[in-house]
Amino acid sequence: MVKFSDEKLSKVATIIARYPEGKQKSALIPLLHLAQEEFGWLSAETMDYVAGLLQIEPIEVYEVATFYTMFNLKPVGKFVFEVCQTGPCMINGSDDIVAYIKETLGIEVGQTTSDGMFTLKVAECLGACGYAPMMQLGKHFKEHLTKERVDQIIAECRSNAAANN
Amino acid sequence: MGRKLLIEKAHIEGIRSFDVYRREGGYRSVEKALKTMSPDDVTEEVKKSGLRGRGGAGFPTGMKWSFLAKPEGVPRYLVCNADESEPGTFKDRFLMEKIPHLLIEGLIVSSYALGSNRTYIYIRGEYAWIVDILEEAIAEANQNGFLGKNILGTGFDCQIYVQRGGGAYICGEETALIESLEGKRGNPRIKPPFPAVKGVWGCPTVVNNVETLAAVVPIINMGGEEYIKIGVGRSTGTKLISACGNINKPGVYEIDMTISVEEFIYSDEYCGGIKNGKRLKACIPGGSSVPILPANLLLKTAKGETRMMNYESLSDGGFATGTMMGSGGFIVLDEDQCVVKHTLTLARFYRHESCGQCSPCREGTGWMEKILQKIESGRGEMSDIDLLWDIQRKIEGNTICPLGDAAAWPVAAAIRHFRDEFEWHITNREECLTRNFGLAHYADPLEVSPTA
Ligand SMILES: Cc1cc2nc3c(=O)[nH]c(=O)nc-3n(C[C@H](O)[C@H](O)[C@H](O)COP(=O)(O)O)c2cc1C
Ligand code: SF4
Ligand code: FES
Repeated sequence: MVKFSDEKLSKVATIIARYPEGKQKSALIPLLHLAQEEFGWLSAETMDYVAGLLQIEPIEVYEVATFYTMFNLKPVGKFVFEVCQTGPCMINGSDDIVAYIKETLGIEVGQTTSDGMFTLKVAECLGACGYAPMMQLGKHFKEHLTKERVDQIIAECRSNAAANN
Repeated sequence: MGRKLLIEKAHIEGIRSFDVYRREGGYRSVEKALKTMSPDDVTEEVKKSGLRGRGGAGFPTGMKWSFLAKPEGVPRYLVCNADESEPGTFKDRFLMEKIPHLLIEGLIVSSYALGSNRTYIYIRGEYAWIVDILEEAIAEANQNGFLGKNILGTGFDCQIYVQRGGGAYICGEETALIESLEGKRGNPRIKPPFPAVKGVWGCPTVVNNVETLAAVVPIINMGGEEYIKIGVGRSTGTKLISACGNINKPGVYEIDMTISVEEFIYSDEYCGGIKNGKRLKACIPGGSSVPILPANLLLKTAKGETRMMNYESLSDGGFATGTMMGSGGFIVLDEDQCVVKHTLTLARFYRHESCGQCSPCREGTGWMEKILQKIESGRGEMSDIDLLWDIQRKIEGNTICPLGDAAAWPVAAAIRHFRDEFEWHITNREECLTRNFGLAHYADPLEVSPTA
C-alpha cells in the first residue's frame, strides 16, 4: 500500500501550512514531487493517495500530473538522464551526447536499460544554456558534457547503486 | 567597467550566508524602507527609478505596483517569478544560486510596499537544488528578525515561501503561474481581470521577475534619482545578460545599458569574442522569443548607427530590422551554424510547451515544427516557406496569451532575414544534409539609404 513515512507526513503538514486556510490544493505540485521522490513514479494509487491527503478529487490530481513534464506516469530507471536538446545546447553538440548515451547504454530515447538502472529522455531548455551541453540527473544538473564526462557519470551511478544495495 | 549593482558581490567567499551578506552591507534597504519610509514612498522611489520589468516585457515596475487594487480586508500577494524557462536565459538562476539574500532582501522591501504578508517564490521545478539555497536564506532571515512577525519592531509581518513548479515553460506567464500556484494545470487566464485585481485565490496580486525584485534593493539604497543616472533614456539601471552559444566566455554578465552590442560580444570583459576564431553569423539577443538578427543588422541599425545593449536600440527598426531586449538571454551563432536547424529546435520547444487551450497556438506550433523538420531534412518545397509564413501570421495576435506570439516571431524573423538559407535547403536537398549554408552574406556591410 502507498503511504508516506511519518517524517514525510510531517513535511506534508509543513507544506500545506504555507497556504491560507482552505487553499490546501496549492500544495499539490510540491506533494507530487515528494511522492515521486519516495516512490520513483506516480501510479494511479499514489495519485489517489495524494488526493486523499489534500481532500480533493482524484481527477484534480490526474489533471495536474499529466500536464507537467517532470512527473513520471510510468516506472523509470533508478537514474534518469534528461538531456537538453534546445537551440543553445544543440549548437554545442547535444545531438552527439544523446547519440553517445544511446550507444553506450544500448537504449533509445524514452527507454530504460533492462537492469532497470538507466532511463534516457530528451528535455527542452533547462536554464543551463551557458554550460551546454547538459543534462538533468535527479536533483542536479550535469553540465559541460563530453563523452568522457558521460562515461564518468554512468560509472558514478553504478557505484552509487552498488553502495546502496 | 560599468557600474554593477546586483552581482558585483556574488563572488565573495561565503556571500550565500546571512552573516557575510550582512557584513557586506546587506539588508540595509529593509532597515531604510521599513523604518523611514511609508509603503507608498517605496513605490514612488521605484517609479522614479524608471525600473522596467526584467522578465521579458519591460513594463515599468512602479506603475505596475500602483495598479494593485487595495480593497479593505482582502489580503494582497506578491509573487516572485523564478520560472526562468526561456531558452537562452539563465540569469535568475545565477542570482539565486550565488547571492540568494539579495532576492530575499528585495522581496521583503517589495512586500512591504505592496502590503503582502505572504509572499511566494514560484521557481521552475528543475531548479531543485536552488530551492534548498533559498529556503536556507529565508530561515536565516527569519532568525535575524528580517522576516516573520513584527519585522525590526516596525509592526510589519511577512513570510516568504518557495513553491516548486512541475516543468512547464508556460507557467512563466503570470496568469498560468497563478493557476499553477493554486495547484492546477498551467493554463493562462483570459484578461481582464488582471492579476492586480484578481490574482492568486482571487486576491490582488503582483507578479515580478527575480531580477526586477532584486533591483529594488539598490534603488532603495541609492534612491530612484541616482539609479536613473545609470543607463540611458528609458533603459535605466543595470541589466543581467546570460550569454551562450558560440562564444569564448559564456556566462552571466551585469551591464549598464550604455555599451554596444559589438563590445559585449568581443570585449574580454564580457563574451570574449567568437569561439575558435570563427565569424559571427547571427544572434538572438533577448531569449528565444525575440527576433533573430544577422550579424550586420545586429551590430548596426538599419540607419547605420551602432547598436547598443539597451531596450530602445535593440528594438530600433521594429521587427523589420530590429529585435528586443526580452529576458536578456543572448544566444550567439557562429558561421558554421544552421539557422534552419536552430529555428527548428525552437519551434519544437514551443510545440512542446503550448498549453493547448487555443487552436492557433496548439495546431500552429505543431505545423511549424513539422514543416521546418521537412525543410531541414532535405524534403522541403519552396511553397513550404510561404506556408510557414502564413501559419505564423495566423498565430500572432490570435491567442489567449503571448506564447503564441513568442512561437511565431522566431520563425518569422528567421524567414525574414535568412530566406536565402531556407531556399538553399530546398534547392540543395542532398547537400544540405552534409554541410551548412555558412556565413553567406549575413555579415556584409549594410547599404544605408540616405533617407533612412
Ligand atoms: C510564455 C511566457 C513565459 C514567460 N516566462 C517568464 C519567466 O520565466 N520569468 C519571468 O520573469 N517572466 C516570464 N514571463 C513574463 C511574465 O508573464 C510577466 O510579465 C513577468 O513575470 C512580470 O515581471 P516583470 O514585470 O518583473 O518582468 C513569461 C511570459 C510568457 C508569455
Ligand atoms: S497561446 Fe498557446 S500557451 Fe497561450 S493560452 Fe493559448 S494555447 Fe496556451
Ligand atoms: S538550451 Fe539547453 S539548457 Fe538552455
